Amino acid sequence: MRGLRFLFVGVYLCLGTLPLLWLGITSLKERPDTISVHLKWLPSGAAGAEDDAYFAATLDAYRQLGVVYAGADHAFYHYLKNSALIGLLSTLASVFIGTSAAYGFSRFPIPGAKDWLFFILSTRFLPPLAVVVPVLMMYREFDLQNTHLGLIILYTVFNLSLAVWLMKGFIDEIPRAYEEAALVDGYSRLQAFRLIIIPRAASGMAVTGVFCLISAWNEYGFAMTLNNQDAVTVPVYFAGLQGNVQGIPWPQVCAGVLLFVAPIILFTVLVRRHLLRGVTFGTLKQ
Amino acid sequence: MSFLQLDSLAKTYPDGTEAVRGVDLCCQRGELIVLLGPSGCGKTTTLRMVAGLEKPSAGRILLEGVDMASWPPQRRDVGFVFQFYALYPHLTVRENVSFPLGNRALSADAQAQLVEAMAERLGIEALLDRYPRQLSGGDQQRVSLARAMVRKPRLYLMDEPLGTLDADLRLAMRELIRDQQLRDGVTTLYVTHDQEEAMSLADRVVVMEGGTIRQSARAAEVYADPADLFVAHFIGSPGMNFAQGEVRDGAFRAEEFVWPLEGAWPPGALTLGIRPEYVRLASEGALRGEVLVEEYMGSCRYVHVDTPCGRWVLRSEEETGSQPGEQVGIELEADGVRLFDGQSGRRIQ
Repeated sequence: MRGLRFLFVGVYLCLGTLPLLWLGITSLKERPDTISVHLKWLPSGAAGAEDDAYFAATLDAYRQLGVVYAGADHAFYHYLKNSALIGLLSTLASVFIGTSAAYGFSRFPIPGAKDWLFFILSTRFLPPLAVVVPVLMMYREFDLQNTHLGLIILYTVFNLSLAVWLMKGFIDEIPRAYEEAALVDGYSRLQAFRLIIIPRAASGMAVTGVFCLISAWNEYGFAMTLNNQDAVTVPVYFAGLQGNVQGIPWPQVCAGVLLFVAPIILFTVLVRRHLLRGVTFGTLKQ
Repeated sequence: MSFLQLDSLAKTYPDGTEAVRGVDLCCQRGELIVLLGPSGCGKTTTLRMVAGLEKPSAGRILLEGVDMASWPPQRRDVGFVFQFYALYPHLTVRENVSFPLGNRALSADAQAQLVEAMAERLGIEALLDRYPRQLSGGDQQRVSLARAMVRKPRLYLMDEPLGTLDADLRLAMRELIRDQQLRDGVTTLYVTHDQEEAMSLADRVVVMEGGTIRQSARAAEVYADPADLFVAHFIGSPGMNFAQGEVRDGAFRAEEFVWPLEGAWPPGALTLGIRPEYVRLASEGALRGEVLVEEYMGSCRYVHVDTPCGRWVLRSEEETGSQPGEQVGIELEADGVRLFDGQSGRRIQ
């Protein structure tokens, strides 16, 4: 049984990490090695023979991330900055608004609360890309195309339903007595929320933040449709390098992708213990 | 004028549940009043309305003559002790105790001094830098008391503060609470369902049931002269013995049990009640029955007897030598007999 478990986890681990590993190997190559007809997968100090598995490892690809390639207006870091700005601000907004709304639903008798919550969830029923055209037309009307704000609003709205539902689960678990104690101790409702609820809900907010950040960070469809210059994010930038007359700069792309996924991996590992609680919330009750 | 006055206080929840139906209560300054009753009797809801944690549906809450029924809790200046302590888990004991001072115009030094003094008073100095989860239940409740008292509020409100503690710890905490309350002379409302706790703590016991006050009196009076059948049954462990019968020919009659009445009694339904310590086994007796079991309680024994009027319990200091199944007579002491109206259940005499 134990052996079987290790086998399963082992196979899954290989499947999961192989793409990352391959990205890492490719990012160390020079461009000719990446498109060589012979499989080159063992890094070494010096270039091997034409038909063996060795390639000369170099960090040049990372150094060249600052280069502006054909097919893009700026270098990688410019787009990474866009992604970071949009991803972080929309995540902050989703988590903040989501937590506040969830607190309201959790603590106050709101007429039709169940219907409201269902409505909030229902915004996730439609595949997001189904509303690309209407959103595009709205954004054109409000001059939100090609702006950071446009994407921040969009991602915030898309992530809000998840944020409200997740945070409601977490806040429901915080006993009311804590706030009641704060109220009789002379604090206002808002102060009690800030001093008592927020610290207690922090791990839940981190979990919600991870989910929101991942979806905003990786989003491609809207980012591509609504942008062609000012607020282009990393996924759109990489896609734009296709059809480049000089060919795709694979080592630099791989290096960039690795840097791009690193913060997400790090963030996820940091809150992994709370993540499990986040995805199973409510399943133990009733 | 009383210090705290509840005037026709009522609470009906949106789902139609009437938790509290018109409670009138006057408390003098410095009094410790215990609200006692079975669960669901409205005692906790009453307390929470005084704290401002529930909004009354009707009625007034007058503190020093000012109606504060519509005030938010933070304006009322009351200290609340919760059943499950409700200590802020992410703050240390020191931070918990100083939390109520945080919103006041007090220097950090003055705050620290108040916290230290309070910690010394309740014997929690050594725990100040720990977190609540590292404390035992008794210590958590001490911290919770310290938090409620540190601000010197106008009222202490305590919601079953000892409900989750072990028996011997309860006794110690009970004394502590009484000592501290006497020392400060702060008017206190204390909710419990434990009558022993209520009897020993209270200046006045308020027995509640079904959202109304059944009796409000000193503990000894509640015990000796219960206002109605509910109080008579609820107070005392075991409760009062009852015989349901009627008045006929100047005597109380239930089955073959006859108890002569003094004075003129109109005919009608009547219930006779008597506490276990006022009845004893006898060869002859007004009432006869069959011994069911004898319980040994250490300082006394309870003999359960199956009578035509239902099960009666007799308290005896010595061994009675009765055997289960034995036919015995029961003798009543006239001093202990209480008579209740058969319809309303109110005590008549």
